Amino acid sequence: MSMTLPPSGGSELTPGPGVPEPGPGAGAPPAPSRRGNSVWRDAFTRLRRNPAAIAGAVIVVVFLLVAAFAPLIAPYGGNDLPGRKEIIPTHIPGPGEFEQYLLGLDRFGGDVFSKLIWGARASLVIGVVSTAFGLVGGMALGLLAGGFGGWVDNVIMRFVDILLSVPNLLLAVSIAAVLGQGQYAVMIAIGVSAVPIFARLLRSSMLQNKGADYILAAQTLGLSRRTITMSHLLPNSVGPVIVQATLTLATAVIDAAALSFLGLGGGLPQTAEWGRMLTYAQAELGIAPQLAFLPGACIAITALGFTLLGESLRESLDPKSR
Amino acid sequence: MLRVIGKRIALLVPTLLGLSILLFVWVRNLPGGPATALLGDKATPEAVARINEAYGFDRPIIVQYLQYMGKLLSGDFGVSLQTGRTVTEEFATRFPATVELTVVALVFAIGVGIPLGYWAARHVRKWQDHFSVVLSLLGIVIPVFFLAFILKWVFAIQLPWFPTDGRQNPRINATHITDFYVLDGLLTREWDAAWDAFMHLVLPGLALGTIPLAIIVRITRASVLEVVNADYVRTARAKGLTEKLIRNRFILRNAMLPVTTTIGLQLGLMISGAVLTETVFAFSGIGRFLRDAIFTLDYPVLQGFVIFIAIFYALINLLVDISYGLIDPRVRVQ
Repeated sequence: MSMTLPPSGGSELTPGPGVPEPGPGAGAPPAPSRRGNSVWRDAFTRLRRNPAAIAGAVIVVVFLLVAAFAPLIAPYGGNDLPGRKEIIPTHIPGPGEFEQYLLGLDRFGGDVFSKLIWGARASLVIGVVSTAFGLVGGMALGLLAGGFGGWVDNVIMRFVDILLSVPNLLLAVSIAAVLGQGQYAVMIAIGVSAVPIFARLLRSSMLQNKGADYILAAQTLGLSRRTITMSHLLPNSVGPVIVQATLTLATAVIDAAALSFLGLGGGLPQTAEWGRMLTYAQAELGIAPQLAFLPGACIAITALGFTLLGESLRESLDPKSR
Repeated sequence: MLRVIGKRIALLVPTLLGLSILLFVWVRNLPGGPATALLGDKATPEAVARINEAYGFDRPIIVQYLQYMGKLLSGDFGVSLQTGRTVTEEFATRFPATVELTVVALVFAIGVGIPLGYWAARHVRKWQDHFSVVLSLLGIVIPVFFLAFILKWVFAIQLPWFPTDGRQNPRINATHITDFYVLDGLLTREWDAAWDAFMHLVLPGLALGTIPLAIIVRITRASVLEVVNADYVRTARAKGLTEKLIRNRFILRNAMLPVTTTIGLQLGLMISGAVLTETVFAFSGIGRFLRDAIFTLDYPVLQGFVIFIAIFYALINLLVDISYGLIDPRVRVQ
């Protein structure tokens, strides 16, 4: 399995003054800052030679740029309806019909091109926030379970089992039902449903590393359990979690679109969100299929980018692939 | 084997108990409190007070929980705010539709996925392999509901081969015994009804089956690659056994264990997918009903359906564990 990330050098054994004690927010990727031939640097070298990784990275970078510079790229605002007057019930202007609306209009009179661009921003925000939420929650649970073991481990893992006993989307829907419709509800719902996987991954990876020689060495040196867990066990166990976070970004983008497709996003009907655009494309599938295909393709391509990147990262961290 | 099954069922109890506590807390945190949630639009102060007394929402929390559990155990999940029928009844009439859909999706996913994964593994790093890998990647990144749109547009709107929505053409006056429409048609010998119901299942089934298909392809490929060079396969070949025998008895059988797990896990995901697919195809299964329940804030339905689905999901996982024993005798011994 790709879970084991053996420490690369003997320098790991002594906690030199240069190794900072990770604080409570130890969720940040710890290793890249380390010098020497760390696993991360090694993985990065291999990543650059992998065409799938490059393709994924390019998609992700383009997506990030579009999301960041949405106000500069999009000709109209996300919720604007510049073409309201051109819409008649039987006809929705498609791509090329009006020079100023590159990809045509939707049923509300919104500019599809602008909405796709603003939709990237919405997806990015939901994807990143909900993944971060799941990551922090899952890592906290996994760290407690893996760090303490015993009954703490038991209680936490049973709780995770309960969360896992409800299918993901259903869990998200139930959460959104309590929180009401809206962006925050969607983010929390997706975040919570991502907690179990992070918790399980970190725990199992920590358990695998617990028996490693460098942990034994650290124990022999008389380091405290906290230091061992936080500065040795955690940094060496976090690899699979980071890989999973990249992959979760892909599913978060898809799930966010699914929830807003189901109508849990809240806000105005014409809000620029890819999932929402698909909801309203449903009725016009026969006369204006591009209204469904364009946002759908955006979701798929973004998810593809994160998936390619995540999988390549997983491969490059796998000791077997060296 | 029986002891293993018993142990697994025993392990289910704490999980479901925990879930019931979560759901209990959940109902109490619904906007406006449980009484308002139960009453919906009809929530006048008098009605709220009446519900609070009838359901005992004014009593101590432990008593409330025990009462709630008592109701659940006796199968009383309340009444749907929208239809006025009991939640159990609603579930029972819609569940067969979703099961039919899931079966079609699963047959498609397994029937195509395992051969494709095997084929990819036997031609590893050739075009067949790349083709399967790309195909499965696409299956994972294309959202189910978007795929449903594409299928509907191509095969129901542009090429009118399949119906666009529903479970059966309402003009067919079919008799329904079991609420499994295809099965009903076969039982009553109304062949046209069975065929029509089946045609309604094809597109949603394909849409729903694509993600499991993609994942089954990957897992099959990976696990066939694990065993294909195993010593016992080489021995079998050295003994001069036919390729067919080696494939069926040695490679596939040993490679199937991870695939079985995957299929079990996918079933849970398919319930999520069913919510989306059924919405696109206006297919009246539990998924679409749940979706409507979100909008109409039909909390008894939401709560009841979540419990039913969790139990169903747990049973599936149990079956998967049992099937390990059937596939791999080593598991039986432990």
